[in-house]
Amino acid sequence: MLKISKLTKRYGSGDPVLKELDLTVEGDQLTSVIGSSGAGKSTLLRCINRLVEPTSGSIDLNGTEFTTLNRRSLRIARRRIGMVFQGFNLIDRLTVMENVQSGRLGYISTWAALTRRYPREDIRHAYELMERVGIAHYANKRADELSGGERQRVGVVRALMQRPEILLADEPTASLDPKTSEQIMSLLRDLASELKLPVIINIHNVAEAKEYSDRIVGMRYGRIIFDGLPSRLGKAEMDEIYAGVPAQDRAQAGAAA
Amino acid sequence: MMSTETLHGAQDHWSRFTLRQRLLRYGGLALTLLVVGWALRSIDVIWAWVWDAPSQMADLFGRMMPPDPSNLPSILEAIWQTVNIATLATMIAVVVSLPVAYIAAQNTTPNRAALWVGRFILVSSRSVNTIIWALLFVAIFGPGIVAGIAAIMFRSIGFLGKLLGEAIEEIDRKPVEALEAVGASQFKIVLYAIVPQVMPAFFAVAILRWDINLRESTVLGLVGAGGIGMILQGAIDTFNWPEVSMVLLTILALVVFGEVVSTYLRKKIL
Repeated sequence: MLKISKLTKRYGSGDPVLKELDLTVEGDQLTSVIGSSGAGKSTLLRCINRLVEPTSGSIDLNGTEFTTLNRRSLRIARRRIGMVFQGFNLIDRLTVMENVQSGRLGYISTWAALTRRYPREDIRHAYELMERVGIAHYANKRADELSGGERQRVGVVRALMQRPEILLADEPTASLDPKTSEQIMSLLRDLASELKLPVIINIHNVAEAKEYSDRIVGMRYGRIIFDGLPSRLGKAEMDEIYAGVPAQDRAQAGAAA
Repeated sequence: MMSTETLHGAQDHWSRFTLRQRLLRYGGLALTLLVVGWALRSIDVIWAWVWDAPSQMADLFGRMMPPDPSNLPSILEAIWQTVNIATLATMIAVVVSLPVAYIAAQNTTPNRAALWVGRFILVSSRSVNTIIWALLFVAIFGPGIVAGIAAIMFRSIGFLGKLLGEAIEEIDRKPVEALEAVGASQFKIVLYAIVPQVMPAFFAVAILRWDINLRESTVLGLVGAGGIGMILQGAIDTFNWPEVSMVLLTILALVVFGEVVSTYLRKKIL
């Protein structure tokens, strides 16, 4: 279970991007976070594994408080959180297998990483997962030879190699065409239930979010203003989430505060 | 149409520069001419020797022809030595420059102190010419090939370190972020996210430097640091012009050889 409470993030001395935000995610739910650009979706996701340092608040994953960990313990704790990125963030010049195995870098020895002698168990696991998402035959290809959808599958497998307790996906389909994008969404949904893995997805495509999620969280200017089943997300709620421009919102909130 | 006419109809004059800009430009030109004139006066040229140059050239060329191949075996041995100096020095310099590049790159340096140490190494290595490094190392190691290797190496570290450091600064940060999220240590991030991205630049820079070092090591002998330059110096000192021309031809062949090899390697690897 991931429990975020009173999470605040402020860049520099400006207005906070996240304002005392509370969110709890558990089970094998697929939760989609929607909201206009600048609402703080990406910051929220990156605060969970502290790629972005939260200003205050608490993040608790199955009993581990993330915000107070020192560098070393944070590194070990990050192995428990898988992450998938909008730009795939693969290492282009390495093979698919090397990219997939880089998900295990937190576990294997430096020597094993350098010589590419991965543990048998990891190789077996990698082939299973690659088979599952349909990229096993690409194991020896360079990552930059693959198409967008295939590259994102490599990204997903890399994250799953960590055997994570939760999967974060930062706009995983934004760089993909509509058809591939739906394939990746349904893959993420199926994996969530197969692996009993809670998944949090930042997404711009509301139709896709409604179709594939168990729960939708709507953000506007650093706060959660909608949280519920996809079926409850109607026109009124949509208007509220996407109304106005973040800059205007910010000015109003500044005046109010 | 109407609006453009009313806006510009009254004006039939346009100039690229204002009067002030034009005066400044003429002033700049005059100043430049003044500096050139002053420089020419101060270097104290003996013009008779300059006008004499064509006939001197013809004379020297006559004395150099035909090249004398009688000393070819020792010339070839010296050329081989030259190639070895360049190759060994490049290899050592490549290895040494890696950590320097790492600490001198903004995005990988561990802290500001390390950044400045790295930059100091790069600048001091590059600001001293190979020949001056050679003079220094001849004094330390005595004349010979070791001084040559050390000189070429010290000059190369700055060049390689600077270009590799820039390559590190230009990498795509996204894979680095992904591996941070995975929980990889800094060293493993370097190994998996940085090294693969820097690899092409690394080989290109190493090959280029080897090519440059090949040329630079031909003159090392002039200060006693081994290689073909020693024989060249000896031949010039004894006015043995046919041998001088033979040595020059061999150096030319060496440079062409270096060019061919480095072009081939570049194609093969990149």
